[in-house]
Amino acid sequence: MDYVVLLKQVPDLAEELEIDAAGTGLDREWMSFVASEWDEYALEEALLLRDARGGTVTCLALGVAAGDVDELLATCLTRGADRVVKVGTFEHAPDSHTAAAAFAGALAHIHYDLVLTGVQAIDDLDGQVGPLVATNLGLPHVSVVTHIAVAGHGSIVTVHQEYAGGVVGEFEVQLPAVLGVQTSRETPRYAPVSRVRQLMKTATIEAMVGGEGGGSGLVVEAMTIPETGSTAEMINGSPQVIAERIAAILAERGIGSGVAR
Amino acid sequence: MSRDLPIIKVDRTIELEHAVVDGVDISGHWNRMFSDRSTTALPTEAMDWITSLDGGESLRDCYQCGKCVPVCPVQHVGDYGPRKLNSKVIRGNNLMDDPDLWLCTTCGNCYRVCPKEVNPLRIMPAIREQAVLEGKIPDELSDVFRNLQKSGNPMGESPRKRIDWIAEAGVDVPIISQLGRPVDVLWYVSDYTSYHPRGKDAARAMARVMTRLGVDFAILGPEERSDGDSARLAGETGLFDLLAEQNIKAFDKYEFKRLVVMDPHAYNAFKNHYPRLGWEGEVLHYTQFLAPLVDKIEFQSSVDLDVTYHDPCYLGRNNGEYEAPRLLLQAIPGIRLAEMPHNKANGYCCGGGGGGMWLDGFVAEHVSERLSERRVREAVATVGMDGSGVLSVACPYEPSRFEDAVKSTGNDGKLAVRDIIELIDQAMQPPAN
Repeated sequence: MDYVVLLKQVPDLAEELEIDAAGTGLDREWMSFVASEWDEYALEEALLLRDARGGTVTCLALGVAAGDVDELLATCLTRGADRVVKVGTFEHAPDSHTAAAAFAGALAHIHYDLVLTGVQAIDDLDGQVGPLVATNLGLPHVSVVTHIAVAGHGSIVTVHQEYAGGVVGEFEVQLPAVLGVQTSRETPRYAPVSRVRQLMKTATIEAMVGGEGGGSGLVVEAMTIPETGSTAEMINGSPQVIAERIAAILAERGIGSGVAR
Repeated sequence: MSRDLPIIKVDRTIELEHAVVDGVDISGHWNRMFSDRSTTALPTEAMDWITSLDGGESLRDCYQCGKCVPVCPVQHVGDYGPRKLNSKVIRGNNLMDDPDLWLCTTCGNCYRVCPKEVNPLRIMPAIREQAVLEGKIPDELSDVFRNLQKSGNPMGESPRKRIDWIAEAGVDVPIISQLGRPVDVLWYVSDYTSYHPRGKDAARAMARVMTRLGVDFAILGPEERSDGDSARLAGETGLFDLLAEQNIKAFDKYEFKRLVVMDPHAYNAFKNHYPRLGWEGEVLHYTQFLAPLVDKIEFQSSVDLDVTYHDPCYLGRNNGEYEAPRLLLQAIPGIRLAEMPHNKANGYCCGGGGGGMWLDGFVAEHVSERLSERRVREAVATVGMDGSGVLSVACPYEPSRFEDAVKSTGNDGKLAVRDIIELIDQAMQPPAN
C-alpha cells in the first residue's frame, strides 16, 4: 500500500496574533510556523498503517515561502516518511482551492492507494482541501475520520466518524480514496532535532511544479480580532426560573413576539 | 570539575615475567590493571557499543569498587546506581530500553569520587542521544523538547512574553536591541526566571539590586533562548546545538563585556560548551558577579533568619564555585548561616538536572521519594521548622522544586525557600515597619 500525506505549516499560536498594517492579514514580524496539528495526525496514521502492513509513505507540502517547508518535510523524513515532495512555489499559503488543485496535479505523477490529510487547519477551518482533492481526482472521500483500518486485502479501508451524543458511524471506502483525519490513535511521534538537522543537510527533497489555476475567487477585504463583549449574563436557578428569564429577555428585545404560545 | 582525589594516570603497564625491584623478586600475577580491561566470559556487544559512542568510553573502566554507591543521590531513594549501570551493561543490557537510562541527574557526585574516572556526565548523554534518535523518549520529556524547539523555552510560551516579568520589577530593565549602545553586563535571565511565577521573583529582585548598585546592564529580551544544557544532558544534542546557535547569533549582534547568568545550567553551557560552537567570553553566575561588589551593597534592614544553602550541582560540584554564594549570604544582616550535612562538593542533588526537571512523573515510578523531598527534610533538620528557617538557593529550578517538596513532605509553613538574590533584595529594602 502506498500512502500519501498532504501537509502544511500554520502560524504558531504561542505568539499572540496581530493584524498587519494593511488590515487584511497577519503581522509576520514575530510569527513562527509549526506543522498543522491535524496534518501531523494524518502522518502518524499513515506511518502506523505502513509499519503494520508494509508499503510507502510519501509526504507532499506546498512550496510556500513564509515558514520553512524544507524543515517540515525533513521532519516528515525524521518521523519515518519514505519520500518527500515540495509542490509549486507560493509566496503565501494559498487558499484551499488553489492548494487542492496543486496537490491533485502532483498526485497525477505519484502512485497512491490512500491519501490522508488533516481534516482542517487553524488558519482556514473550512476543511475543504480533502474534499477538493478528491473531487479533482474523482475519488471517494470521508472527512473527520479516526480508526483507519485497511481491509479486503488492501482494496478498502474502514474508518470511524464520530457524531454528537456519543454515536459513531463506520464507513467502508473503496481505494484509492482521500481521508480527512481528525486524530491519530497514537500521539504523533517526536522528531529529534538531532536527526532533523542531519537530514536537512543530506536528505533529498524532491520538487514538482504546480499551483496554476484553481483559486476560490475570494479576497480577504479586512481582518479583525473579534471584539470581546461585556454584556454576557449568567442565568442561574431552576429550569423554570431560567426559562422565564430567557423568555423575558427575548420579549424585551422584541424577538419572537407574535408567536403563538 | 574539581576532584578531591589525586589521580594516577598510567597509559600502559608492562607486566614482566620476572621482575626484581631492589633485589627483591616480585614476579607473579599482578592484581591491578591500568590499561583497557574487558570481561570476556559475558557478552561484550552492549559494552562495545556504548564505549564506541563519543562520551561512552569510560564505562568500561569501572571495576565495581562501589565508591559511587553512597554518594549517588538517586541510589539513596531507589534501586538505581552508577555501579549497577556498569554491571547491567556487562551482562548485555545496552540501557536503551531500561528506565535507568533516564534516572541519572548528571549531578556528578559519583564522578567526583571515582578512582577510575568513569564519567556519567558524558556516558548518559551519549546513550540517551541514541535513544532519542530512535524515538525512545519518555513522553513528558519529548513534550518539553517540542516546546524548546518551537518556542525556545521548556514551557512552550511565546518568546515575546519572556519580558513580561519586567512590568512588576519597579525599575527600568533595558533591552539591548533598543538601547543601541554597548553595555558592561549582558544579563542572561534564563527560562524559569523569565516565565515561572516564582522564578520571576528572582528576576525582579536581581533587576532591583543591579539598578541600586548602578550596574550598566541590559537583557536580550525576546531574542533570548533557553541555554539548552539540560536538553543536551538529556540526549537531544541537535536541540542543544540549535538553541546555542540562536543564542550565539544574538550574543554576536551586541557589544558587552561580561555575560551574567541566573542559571547554573546556563553558566555551564556558556562557559564549557558554547566555545566549541563558536562563542567565547567572560561568563559569571550572578553570585560570582555580586560577591566582589558586596561592600557596595547598602543593606537597610536585618532579615533575622536561620538560613541554609543548597549548592546547585552545576555551580558547585561541576564548576567549583562554593564561596561566592556563601559570601553573599553571610553579608546579609541578620542571617545565621548553617550548613546541611550534604554541602559543597558533596551537595545533594535536587533531582532537576540532566532532564530530571522534565521527568518528574517518570522518575516518581522508580524512586521512593523525590530528591527534592529528601533535600527538604535535610534542610528542615538543619534550620528547624518553626518558620524562621530558610532553604536558600542559587538556581532557577529550585524555588518551584523545593516549594513543592516542602508541601509534599508536610512542612508547609515550616520552611521557606528563597533565592539568594531575593534575600539580598529584601535586606536592601527599608524595614517593613
